[in-house]
Amino acid sequence: MTDVQAPQTLQPEAGFGDFVQLLKPRVMSLVVFTALVGLLVAPVSLHPIESFAAILFIALGAGASGALNMWWDADIDAIMKRTRSRPIPAGQVAPGEALGFGVALSGISIVMLWLATNGLAAILLAFTIFFYAVIYSMWLKRLTPQNIVIGGAAGAFPPMIGWVAATGSISVEAALMFMLIFMWTPPHFWALALFMKEDYHAAGVPMLTVTHGRKSTRTHILVYTVLLIPFALWLGFTSIGGPIYTAVAVALNAWFLYGAIQIWRRDEAQAEADKYKVEKAFFRFSLLYLFVHFLALLADRVAGGWV
Amino acid sequence: MSFKVEHEIHTRRFGRNLGLGLTLVAFVVLVLGLTVVKVTRGMTGHQMDAPGLYGASVPDPEKAAQ
Repeated sequence: MTDVQAPQTLQPEAGFGDFVQLLKPRVMSLVVFTALVGLLVAPVSLHPIESFAAILFIALGAGASGALNMWWDADIDAIMKRTRSRPIPAGQVAPGEALGFGVALSGISIVMLWLATNGLAAILLAFTIFFYAVIYSMWLKRLTPQNIVIGGAAGAFPPMIGWVAATGSISVEAALMFMLIFMWTPPHFWALALFMKEDYHAAGVPMLTVTHGRKSTRTHILVYTVLLIPFALWLGFTSIGGPIYTAVAVALNAWFLYGAIQIWRRDEAQAEADKYKVEKAFFRFSLLYLFVHFLALLADRVAGGWV
Repeated sequence: MSFKVEHEIHTRRFGRNLGLGLTLVAFVVLVLGLTVVKVTRGMTGHQMDAPGLYGASVPDPEKAAQ
């Protein structure tokens, strides 16, 4: 018997920045931007402090669902190169802490959005968190190759919540902003999956590229791009559209369709030969596509739209 | 002169506590701001009441006309 005991394995204490990382700040920036546009283009304007609070709590709600997603997916995050350095697999934050943080922040953001704006906006935020954390992360992500399509809905809610925070009701404009992001998500992520294939395969996530093959994924990208275009253009002819948005949407959608056709026409040998140049360019352009669409809505709001 | 050795964990803990403290202060300021906005706009929870109800912020048009 000895007095010397083996040192216990200590969980490193998480820093403030580690908790910020749990909120997926990059995804949050898209949420902030789209929710802000949804709120600003609405026909009813809130007090600046109410607007600030609304955007802040929508973003925090989205961040909370990100923390819950990281808590649930810590096992596969540890396998994938892209996600290996996230706070839980990196050992910076204990899984229980991430769960508590996500649940607490969800509650705070929902209640505060309700107090700052209205009940419908808070209900939509609660549904978004539930949808992303439970329906997508826990249930469908590891079950079906259509996970990206379904998960896209969670990312599509923020502009609708921004609109509802201002107006108190859902309208065709809010629904079309939702559809724009919802239909955009599959081609955006499947293009990523085409050139990040080893990651998803190693983690056993049923990505379309793994379950249906790469040719089928290319076809899916084209089909979803074709389905996306009517929604993107339709938005231009609603009360929040205008000449700027319509001109921008026509140009962006024509280019996006051209990119999708290029991807569809290529085979793996060609893609391997140029290291997925077209797929990577399409993915980068898809980010610009969404950003500029929402920026154009804002520009039309300032310019006065069709009148 | 301090004899206390500053460990990396202390720096990290201080950073976290400072961050949390500032977040809480910002939260209190925001709630205060929201309260001021709601109160000065008269939105005390009665805006959805039917006109003329006791405590309603919407006046009864019939009584107002008299």
